[in-house]
Amino acid sequence: MSFSSQLPALQIVVPLLTAPIVMLLRGSSLAWCAATAASVMALCIAIALTLSVQELGVLSYAMGGWQAPFGIELRVDALSALLLLVTTGASSVALLSGRSSLARDMTEGQQPLFYAAWMIALAGLSGIAVAGDAFNVFVFMEISSLAGYILVAAGPDRRALPATIKYLIMGTIGATFYLVGVGQVYMMTGTLNFADMEVRLAEVTAQKPILVAAGFITVGLALKAAVFPLHMWLPNAYRYAPHIVTAFMAACTTKVALYVLLRFDFVVFQGNLSGHMDQYAGFLAPLAILGILVGSAVAVTEHHLKRLLAYSSVAQIGYILLGASFGDIAGLTAAFTHMFNHALAKGGLFLVLAAFALQVGGLRMLDIAGLAKRMPLAAAAFLVTGASLVGIPGTAGFISKWLLLSAAIQQGALGVLAAVVVVLSSLAAVYYIWKVVEQLYFGGPAESPATPTPAASAGLEAPPMLLLGIWGVALANIYFGLFPGFPVGLSESAATELVSHLP
Amino acid sequence: MSAATTILLSLLLPLSGAVLISLSGRWPNLRETITLVTAVAVALLVLSLVPEVQAGGRPELLVAQLFGDLQIAFTVEPLGMLFAALAATLWIVNSIYSIGYMRGNNEKKQTRFYVCFAIAIAAALGVAFAGNLLTLFLCYEILTLSTYPLVSHKGDRATVASARVYLGILLVTSIGLLLPAIIWTYLLAGTLSFSPDGILAGHISGPAVGLLLAMYVFGVGKAAVMPVHRWLPAAMVAPTPVSALLHAVAVVKAGVFTITKVIIYVFGVDNLFAEPSSGWLLYAAAFTVIAASVVALRQQNLKRMLAYSTIGQLSYVIMAAAVLTPLSEIGAAVHIVAHAFGKITLFFAAGAIYTAAKKTELSQLSGIGARMPWTMTAFTIGALSMIGVPPMGGFVSKWFILAGAFQSDNYVAIFTVILSTALTAAYFLPVIFAVWFGREVPGGKEHGEAPWPMVLALTLTALATLGFFFFNQPVLELESQLVTVTG
Amino acid sequence: MEILGLYNYWVFIVLLMIGLYTVMAKPNLMKKLLGLSIFQAAVFLLYITLDKIEGGTAPIIQADAIGQIYANPLPQVLILTAIVVGISTLALGLAVVVRIHEAYGTIEDDQIQQADLRE
Repeated sequence: MSFSSQLPALQIVVPLLTAPIVMLLRGSSLAWCAATAASVMALCIAIALTLSVQELGVLSYAMGGWQAPFGIELRVDALSALLLLVTTGASSVALLSGRSSLARDMTEGQQPLFYAAWMIALAGLSGIAVAGDAFNVFVFMEISSLAGYILVAAGPDRRALPATIKYLIMGTIGATFYLVGVGQVYMMTGTLNFADMEVRLAEVTAQKPILVAAGFITVGLALKAAVFPLHMWLPNAYRYAPHIVTAFMAACTTKVALYVLLRFDFVVFQGNLSGHMDQYAGFLAPLAILGILVGSAVAVTEHHLKRLLAYSSVAQIGYILLGASFGDIAGLTAAFTHMFNHALAKGGLFLVLAAFALQVGGLRMLDIAGLAKRMPLAAAAFLVTGASLVGIPGTAGFISKWLLLSAAIQQGALGVLAAVVVVLSSLAAVYYIWKVVEQLYFGGPAESPATPTPAASAGLEAPPMLLLGIWGVALANIYFGLFPGFPVGLSESAATELVSHLP
Repeated sequence: MSAATTILLSLLLPLSGAVLISLSGRWPNLRETITLVTAVAVALLVLSLVPEVQAGGRPELLVAQLFGDLQIAFTVEPLGMLFAALAATLWIVNSIYSIGYMRGNNEKKQTRFYVCFAIAIAAALGVAFAGNLLTLFLCYEILTLSTYPLVSHKGDRATVASARVYLGILLVTSIGLLLPAIIWTYLLAGTLSFSPDGILAGHISGPAVGLLLAMYVFGVGKAAVMPVHRWLPAAMVAPTPVSALLHAVAVVKAGVFTITKVIIYVFGVDNLFAEPSSGWLLYAAAFTVIAASVVALRQQNLKRMLAYSTIGQLSYVIMAAAVLTPLSEIGAAVHIVAHAFGKITLFFAAGAIYTAAKKTELSQLSGIGARMPWTMTAFTIGALSMIGVPPMGGFVSKWFILAGAFQSDNYVAIFTVILSTALTAAYFLPVIFAVWFGREVPGGKEHGEAPWPMVLALTLTALATLGFFFFNQPVLELESQLVTVTG
Repeated sequence: MEILGLYNYWVFIVLLMIGLYTVMAKPNLMKKLLGLSIFQAAVFLLYITLDKIEGGTAPIIQADAIGQIYANPLPQVLILTAIVVGISTLALGLAVVVRIHEAYGTIEDDQIQQADLRE
């Protein structure tokens, strides 16, 4: 009964218990401290779990001592560890650096409630990553989504509210579809535990119900993951949410849904549905490609920076899905590495936008014209993280792009087509990131001077914690671009593990 | 110190110099001194590697192991040594010139200029020393990005628009063509490290060779093979020191260097020679040579004329490499040097004319020889070297290229060389004539020579152009190793 | 006969479609949320009807009964959880609708979009 063996459970419990504590605290500083402390502790637990997983393989934890498959099991393997790192890391960085940005968006009294919702979201997302059975995934998914709706609705602009309703409705439909699918599988197998499902499903002879279940689950999770064409909730939700919420969400929420999709598919369905690999690839790959193309195309024409980056996220999710749809170790490694690297790049970019927003009133192209003169450090960080998004060598984004292109080319003629699509969208990314950079450095004085918000702080261009956070993430992008051993190694273990379930 | 340390230092020194330069922005003299000292130190470090490479050694440095077989690693071989030595030594001269130019024209943002220059030189050295395609690609992109602020230095609308063309073409070609080519190579060969016999030997044949070669040649936009050449005239909006060192020496040479390296160390000369589908390269390069010369004929702006001349001369190198005989490979390498000396002199002269007289068009240059004898003598030497007249350095490389072409009865190459020589004479000689023997346009302002650092610099490079004709043994010895390598 | 015997699935599908249709077609936000609830109720029905075994009784162990058939308790428990989730979602949705009404003065989706376009 050592402490370290309780870690999987603690991963969820720590943020979950902090939530009511935070809510009861008076004053935003205390609330922020508690929330940040819990988030950092969750990050430490995630790191510890990763180290254990690298040593031991898969960690299994039986809740309350009841053994699987009857009890609730928490399973942590390489993929879960990767996701936990992304989630807790994004949360910690966003919380540590985002205090001042948040203070701009809501009153003192509301902040403890906001942080409480953040903690619940963190608990939910961590829960999804470690849950070992399908229904708990649903529960945690809904917990995190509900908290997510609250976080998005906290945005200062009133348009955050219709965005939240749209997100809520689409998210709930998605979760409910997922629930139907799980119900179907339960009907056929009588179990909810992933590992058990895999075994029991092999004994089932009727293929149709399983196929139906797979369909429901895939569509449901695609809604949550903003896979084209079910991505409509994403641009507005990202646009109107408070900036650090966008940074947090862009880094992890959709990836967690993709994680569930891939795990379900590979662990449960691949082995048991004949010809599923083709169906799976044939269904997901075109959607991924469309998402990449549409996302990039719209991003090129957008004028508001947050929406631009939101559509860019749709394209990036397409990358992850494309890599995953190849179904081999190379493709999955590319997909998982990109989950990690995209979180670094996009999270960093949204944090920089938060810094920009503190200086200027709005975040349209006009508003940031020539901003680099007043905010050289933040603009430089935008350049570095933007380069990572594009995939310039030396940055983390290059590594995942390389892996994706290699995996694609290895797939034959259609793979070459996919590679061409990825290259085209990279060029589009060069264009839209460059548009912003040019406007930052060379733009003339803003034509419609947005009401300048009172200077963030008299001396520095942005609050020091925010600058530290931004530059920390930017440097991390470069570090993992030159020394990608850790994320790539972890992704490869995860990919190998998933592929081992294939027939 | 060990060779590996030397390589590391020669890459880090310009970068640390950049940092120091950015910190000393407020004291221009200190800043300029740091630039010069860094340049001299880097040149010394780079040149110290020459004896070892001459003797057949190949110093290596491993920086990071990424994953699989991919690494960031550096290896010094004859071609790279040549390019690095060229870039490093000419940086010193160019820094002297820059000081004169920037101060003479009272340019703004000088600190940013020197900082980006140092980073660009570090990137160029990185390209030269790259031990595998990945490292080369990394440094290639850094070179593109670090030269952008230099090209867009002026900061006004037109300049930024041109700089956008510059960046756009270079990034689109490198991400769209070069990167897929590199990945494809990796998937075929399992490695990206350069090898004297070519790493693709046996892994690829038939039309795929031609396709991959095309992806490389057009992906390396810096080599300015038509039609991806438009960035070079667009980059002429940069201050002349940038045009001189980068777009006559470092950036463009990085381009042809990369292609030559790919031909020799990735494909393998013998493999390409045996493969018919690679034959198109000769024609593409020959076309570029002639077309660029024709366009240069019609230019009125001095720098644009020099830009198109550069495009033609770069394709000389590629054409020579594409002839695929030992002598022509040496010719390609030697032309990298000869053209560098000659072109940098020409650009220096152009900048001197601009600084002293604010003149940019060819029509304005009549009779200027009387006022700026040093500058225009250097200009003449450079121009004659471009044409290939002995005793200028350009003659040496043309000799080798022709000899290589004869060696394999390559009539296309021979014809191109002859025709382009004639065309080059056609666009340079009238200028030289007008400069010395023309009547000066009345009403112009009185002026003399440009500031002395600029004149000093262009004198040095003109002497080098002349000197190369007589003292080219070291280069030839170094590059003959390429021949034994390619057999 | 087989098909009619599966009437619980038919009810499920009908309710699912009614719910989904309401969500998508009705502009009024309250009706959308109601549609969402119907949609979720359909799923609950599916699960619960799954576990009913003919002749089965409530799954509470009776000490003196032998050979007693019990309905499957697991789906019932799952649905309790799902119902709770559904209620929370509904509550949250209603709260947001109230806020929207305060901010926009209307809860018709098309009017809200009009108001936003004008900004």
